[in-house]
Amino acid sequence: MHYNELLIQPIKQLLADYPWLEDFFSSFGLQLQAGDQTLQRYLDGLDPDELLDLGISREQLGQSLHDFMAGMLSLEEEAEKVESLTIIGGFDKTGKAEELELTLRPGEVICIVGPTGSGKSRLLADIEWVAQGDTPTGRKVLINNKVPDNKWRFSTEHKLVAQLSQNMNFVMDLTAEEFVRMHAESRLVPDPEEKVARILEQANQLAGEQFKPDTPVTALSGGQSRALMIADMAILSKSPIVLIDEIENAGIDRKRALELLVKQEKIILMATHDPILALMGDRRLVIRNGGIARIIESSAAERKNLARLEELDNTLLALRNRIRFGETLEEI
Amino acid sequence: MHFLTVSGPPSSGKTSVILRVIEALQAKQKKIGVVKYDCLMTEDDLRYAKKGVLVKKGLSGSQCPDHYFVSNIEACVKWGVENDCDFLISESAGLCNRCSPHIKDITAVCVIDNLSGINTPRKIGPMLKSADIVVITKGDIVSQAEREVFASRVKQVNPGAVIMNINGITGQGAFELTTLFEEASDIETLKGMRLRFSMPSALCSYCLGETRIGDEYQTGNVRKMES
Repeated sequence: MHYNELLIQPIKQLLADYPWLEDFFSSFGLQLQAGDQTLQRYLDGLDPDELLDLGISREQLGQSLHDFMAGMLSLEEEAEKVESLTIIGGFDKTGKAEELELTLRPGEVICIVGPTGSGKSRLLADIEWVAQGDTPTGRKVLINNKVPDNKWRFSTEHKLVAQLSQNMNFVMDLTAEEFVRMHAESRLVPDPEEKVARILEQANQLAGEQFKPDTPVTALSGGQSRALMIADMAILSKSPIVLIDEIENAGIDRKRALELLVKQEKIILMATHDPILALMGDRRLVIRNGGIARIIESSAAERKNLARLEELDNTLLALRNRIRFGETLEEI
Repeated sequence: MHFLTVSGPPSSGKTSVILRVIEALQAKQKKIGVVKYDCLMTEDDLRYAKKGVLVKKGLSGSQCPDHYFVSNIEACVKWGVENDCDFLISESAGLCNRCSPHIKDITAVCVIDNLSGINTPRKIGPMLKSADIVVITKGDIVSQAEREVFASRVKQVNPGAVIMNINGITGQGAFELTTLFEEASDIETLKGMRLRFSMPSALCSYCLGETRIGDEYQTGNVRKMES
């Protein structure tokens, strides 16, 4: 529906169709009453002195309403499906050409390895910014073999990339359930209650220790926070690309977490030095001096070692649990 | 000369964000001037000077800081032009949340941080709601989902703005923000321009130094709470 058509609708009808309008007005300190009055009449009737006190002009309120509706309505549109992401090499910090063209597809897991300061973050940032030779590395990023629309850069509704950073702290004073609901509502997903329940259930399957829906997010352990964020990302995020900055090895089933994301047909790029996660990837990009120095395909021999690494990991996990439950480790 | 007004609540990271953008602009051999507005004192001018930036400091002291801003900004722009700056950035804190230094047709930036609480975007007036670019800082301290929830609350009160997450410490996102600074308003003078929104007024006995409490001491433009 066009904005001008909306203005001549009765507010009662608008609130039924677009319940988020109420919250939009209340965020400016205004109350939208359901009634037969049209939105245009309501806007015209606002007292200029009251608006002055609220710190907004009628003109700007109208403009904001227009922009907000456009954004919310675009959330309901299907975004173009990303079939491939291509990175065309630029230069490293010494000016040496990267000489590569790398194409990634949904369901693939690509690991990014390299010491601190080698340029991992810049690579992730180039992808997020869909660089077109206009970043310090000179890299170019194509979506579906085309130069993508500039809207990917600034859109908050259609973000190309969802990033899972190492930091999982919360500062908001909300329970896990309230927090996820608020996130779901901001995404305008259909059936938010069902999504919230699924996210909490998945998170509890990933987390080593269970938590309840009414646990405050600030009271979650590191592993529980990570589990909640991964489940949240898998179920709520529409972004076709996921960037993960390491999944720490504590209190979370990393293998299942990764599988959950792979199942959503996302392209996963993960900065990690964890051997299990690295071998679970299809390829590893070795970053050196700001450039991609080498691409390693996970070999059959490496895959075979993955089973052994998982065994080692499970042994360690069992020992960790024995410590947790007050046992001794004289015999292991 | 490109001119931008940067504002935001105290300690939201304005200076750090501006410094990261300055580094990117200096790499392109641009000459930059900064006007730092504050109330009582600031040492941020030294942080700018250390970067080799031309810096001017204005302390409003006993005056309303935003009224002080608007009374001085035209001269500051003149100063920037006379010194052949390619970019002039004005930095001021919005102290009462109802003030705003933003000027019509001048690129307006508001810096707000993820730690300030989810209701803060609603509480900030034209400084946030009329900005062209909203920079959200301290994203490294919170999770992705919390960043998104916070950004959606900002989007709700300023849906037309470009919203960017910048890390003022590592500089993540600063390169991208710089591209927006490079497209900022290009002017020679502020003559004839207007503020985007009027500033709050009082003009009462307390404006003139009255300190005694009580009805008999209140004269001029006084407003009472509803009983």
